[in-house]
Amino acid sequence: MPDTPDIADRRDAVCVIGAGASGLAAIKNLREAGFEVDCYERETSVGGAWNWRHDRSPVYAGTHLVTSRPLTEFPDFPMPDTWPDYPDHKLVLSYLERYSAHFGLEDDVWFGTEVVSVEPVGDGRWDVTTQSTGGGSSRVQRYAGVVVANGHNWSPARPEIPGDFRGQVIHSAQYKDPAQLRGRKVLVIGGGNTGCDIAVEAAQQASTVWHSTRRGYWHAPEYVLGRPFDQITARRLPLRVRQWFYRRAVTLTSGDLTRHGLPAPDHQPYESHPVVNSRLPYYLGLGRITPVPDVTAFDGASAVLADGRRVEPELVITATGYRPRFDFLAPELLDIAEDGRPDLHLHAFARRHPTLAVVGLVQAGFGLFPLAHWQSVAVARWLRLRVTDPERATAVQRKESTRPVASWSRRRVVPTPRHWFEVDHVEYLRAVEGLLREMEAA
Amino acid sequence: MSSPLLRFEDWTDPVPPAEREVVSLTGDADAARPPLLFVPGLGHGAWAFAEHWLPHAAARGFAAHALTPRPGGDLRAQVHDVVQVAASLPRQAVLVGQGAGALVVAYAMGRYPVRAAVLAAPVMDGWPTLWAALRTNPFGTLPALFGGRLRLSRKQLFGPEMPVDQAQQYVERVAARPRRELVTHEPPPRPAGRPPVLVVGSPDDRIVPRTSLDRTATRYGSAPLLFPGMGHDLMLDVAWADPIEAILDWLDKELAQ
Repeated sequence: MPDTPDIADRRDAVCVIGAGASGLAAIKNLREAGFEVDCYERETSVGGAWNWRHDRSPVYAGTHLVTSRPLTEFPDFPMPDTWPDYPDHKLVLSYLERYSAHFGLEDDVWFGTEVVSVEPVGDGRWDVTTQSTGGGSSRVQRYAGVVVANGHNWSPARPEIPGDFRGQVIHSAQYKDPAQLRGRKVLVIGGGNTGCDIAVEAAQQASTVWHSTRRGYWHAPEYVLGRPFDQITARRLPLRVRQWFYRRAVTLTSGDLTRHGLPAPDHQPYESHPVVNSRLPYYLGLGRITPVPDVTAFDGASAVLADGRRVEPELVITATGYRPRFDFLAPELLDIAEDGRPDLHLHAFARRHPTLAVVGLVQAGFGLFPLAHWQSVAVARWLRLRVTDPERATAVQRKESTRPVASWSRRRVVPTPRHWFEVDHVEYLRAVEGLLREMEAA
Repeated sequence: MSSPLLRFEDWTDPVPPAEREVVSLTGDADAARPPLLFVPGLGHGAWAFAEHWLPHAAARGFAAHALTPRPGGDLRAQVHDVVQVAASLPRQAVLVGQGAGALVVAYAMGRYPVRAAVLAAPVMDGWPTLWAALRTNPFGTLPALFGGRLRLSRKQLFGPEMPVDQAQQYVERVAARPRRELVTHEPPPRPAGRPPVLVVGSPDDRIVPRTSLDRTATRYGSAPLLFPGMGHDLMLDVAWADPIEAILDWLDKELAQ
């Protein structure tokens, strides 16, 4: 394409933003639905968050999957069955690279190209302005649809803790290697998977470890009865029964963690993002990790805790998660509220712009890849239906608008931004399946 | 029918890995052409394709692979193995299944978006096939109904032109232990993606009746490509070159689009 100042009209082509797992699935499934695709990726390789070479990647040396292989692989491209139950980040990246090569997806990716803005031009079409990563001249191209797959684990959410601190504070995004912990007094803030993982690594490396959590969580072990925990619990059972099952399994393995000083969970299993870590209870039991409550302030060399105690760490790691960010989109396009929370149908479809969708902005006690796959299948078929049968598309849209949010989104979750996109995988996949069925030619 | 999205069985009880025998000929492969994966039918192994079809496809520039089904594997395990091998190939693969292997391919298409698929003498309808087998070869078939061995006969697998001793040699290599699900299985799922599918067969096949061939082809939106005079084992019969030539021509035409 020539580099002209005019808007290059790509006609029926669809623009995908990001070539991570979700973006790759979007390219593949849009192509299968017969679309031409242009994907823009700011880095020079695929893999998104799972590619440790990328400067926004949150991956650290010990990162591995917390859901087992069969629940994490793309439904139409299985991981090798000889791989371990919980592959590490290098295997996951090689899997995404193979997925990309197998389906020739890179042919449609423009690497080193950042999306600067996406603007609606009416008629459902979009002007996408792109630029070489880090500057350079920009250009505008017009697309029939835009699929946003820019990930939600790259913009760190840092807690605001008042006071001055003399030691070092880093976000878990900057934590890469256990050597950073060696021989130091470390305070880890955050009870999610990353927080627990880093606390465990610190227990093996640091001289002293405090682990600060605001509330109690359900700590599922990796294995129950020699089988991956999620393979035991991902059964065809109602949510209530699965919750009971989960509580039983946790009681039988990790047991009661309040004995070690952790707060009891204030919610049921599946009402918060599941934490999978059997080594945390182990190191709590060895006394290598000291659980502490919330950090309320810093004061010189010490961190002040909610119960008034003070600890004096040299290094504070805030494993407080990430926030979704869509700098290239006007907030109202995704109905983004004041607090930054987008409001999307099925966490994927923009409510007022039928040709704008987000893929991969969802969390469950289940791998993200299968959810992103089915989301992108639904998006691709929806965009196709709009072209082939506009009347039917309108009917589907009307029907979908009556689908109650509670049928696919968790009604009861811990009310924090971390759980904005938490869904139950069974309810969610059922809802997506319902949409797919409606779109099928009658 | 089970849902393609909610795969409880695969989540809670995944198929255990097994050693898989894959015969590959990739020497003269043309990078622009997709790899072919041949899936043999009941009692056959990769050898059945290694005889003629594999070298022939390789000579025409296709990377050609053939998989031997795992011993004692049920339909689910066989489908799993086919999808595992297909996904391990460097590019999106074309699956070619023969006999009961075509049924495995039809199921695998629901799990893996094939580049294209070929169903050769597909054993898709269990009951008519069983009926035909009982009529042509009652003594070889009956024991299989009670858990015994299925003795396929020369007449079932090959056309009249096949030399007797050659046919006998092949028949001796076939060790078929059919499972009940070959007859009782559900209809195969809808293929993932929208791949082109070719059905080939012979009107003189004593295992797959002509009506069944037509039904399968209709299901995939075409008519069967017929090779009169040949038996069920299209890849081993005397005229083996005709069907593979036609298949590769069809592939070249489909993939050019």
